[in-house]
Amino acid sequence: MEIKVLGPGCAKCKATADLITRVAAETGKPVTIEKIEDMRQIVSFGVMTTPAVVMGGKVVHKGSVPSHDQVLSWLN
Amino acid sequence: MSADIPASRPAPRPDWVWHAGLIAFVVVWYAVYKQLMPLSEGITALLPVERHSHTGEAVAFFFYDVPKVMMLLTLIVFGMGVIRSYFSPERTRALLAGKREGIGNVLAAGLGVMTPFCSCSAVPLFIGLVSAGVPLGVTFSFLISAPMVNEVALVLLFGLVGWQVAVTYAAFGLIIAVVAGWVIGKLHLEGWLQDWVRDIHSGATAPDATDDAPLTMVDRYHLGIEAVREIFGRVWVWIILGIGMGALIHGYVPQDLMVRIMGADAWWSVPAAVVIGIPMYTNAAGVIPIVEALLGKGAALGTVLAFMMSVIALSLPEMIILKQVLTLRLIAVFIGVVGSGILAVGYLFNLLF
Repeated sequence: MEIKVLGPGCAKCKATADLITRVAAETGKPVTIEKIEDMRQIVSFGVMTTPAVVMGGKVVHKGSVPSHDQVLSWLN
Repeated sequence: MSADIPASRPAPRPDWVWHAGLIAFVVVWYAVYKQLMPLSEGITALLPVERHSHTGEAVAFFFYDVPKVMMLLTLIVFGMGVIRSYFSPERTRALLAGKREGIGNVLAAGLGVMTPFCSCSAVPLFIGLVSAGVPLGVTFSFLISAPMVNEVALVLLFGLVGWQVAVTYAAFGLIIAVVAGWVIGKLHLEGWLQDWVRDIHSGATAPDATDDAPLTMVDRYHLGIEAVREIFGRVWVWIILGIGMGALIHGYVPQDLMVRIMGADAWWSVPAAVVIGIPMYTNAAGVIPIVEALLGKGAALGTVLAFMMSVIALSLPEMIILKQVLTLRLIAVFIGVVGSGILAVGYLFNLLF
């Protein structure tokens, strides 16, 4: 499963990527996380707030660090 | 940290517990707030300092203002977090798209206060607005009011300086946002955006699958609590440093020293305050306690307001972020227009008061 974390390298963006990595490790799901920090690429997804999370080409979350439960629901 | 949530958690509490809890919190909050003055005097009396000495003044000031500001911030930031949950950048964009200039500038400045905003999201927000057909000048009205008229600045002004100055600051902050955005719109500087920004068309976006289920009131409370936690994490050091500095100025700087340097008679003090304010990187929480102390030592209100607006609205780090979407020429125009507005406010106040 490929997950993209969009954000210009801010603290919350890093926290989001770390959280997804940790939840993936807990559940044993194979995921690859790609951090997208280039602003042109970020805006090409149409998000107006970061950090945002993209899965399967869809924006599933934006504007905050997601909760543990949210990440879990995306992985399942 | 917020990420360290235990895997197992208790069943959700019923809604009425939350409402009752909120009411109980506000009641306790009010009771404690009313007792702050005797509490601070009590703490100062426990310390081995003479109450009416310079040190005593500084200590009493510190122990009164820090808890007062922290308590005010908790309540107001929570309230704003709940109110902001009714707004989103997407909704703001829909409201602003296709609005004419003038009315659009007014609406944008108002929405700048209400829409959740973080300067780290300034670039995607800017592009989201411009690419959806929001006029450039209207977008600027939003971008000026969002950081300038914020609840942290208003709470600190209210708590430390007085409600009159807080209201004045908010009113003139909004006026500057409206007028500066309108002027920038009239200059037709769309060609001065970075090339790649002009090439973006609103159609090229990924499908949005975020959960759009309507929030419950309890969800909104959670967002309010989250806002309190986040803002405190960011500003508590500044508040303590700022109030500490303010306390030192209160206790030790001789009365009327500032009359000569920052008084209304020194015509150059307003432009100097604006210029000094631009590279200063602090936020409202750090600068307002100092401002309050300077006012007490005879600095003129207009000069001090200009300094504060310049520190908050024209910050170098934000310029660096905006450099990704604006050419230097456009940034220069932005600084020039907003700076002129701040100058005008500064002189106006020195003249009036």
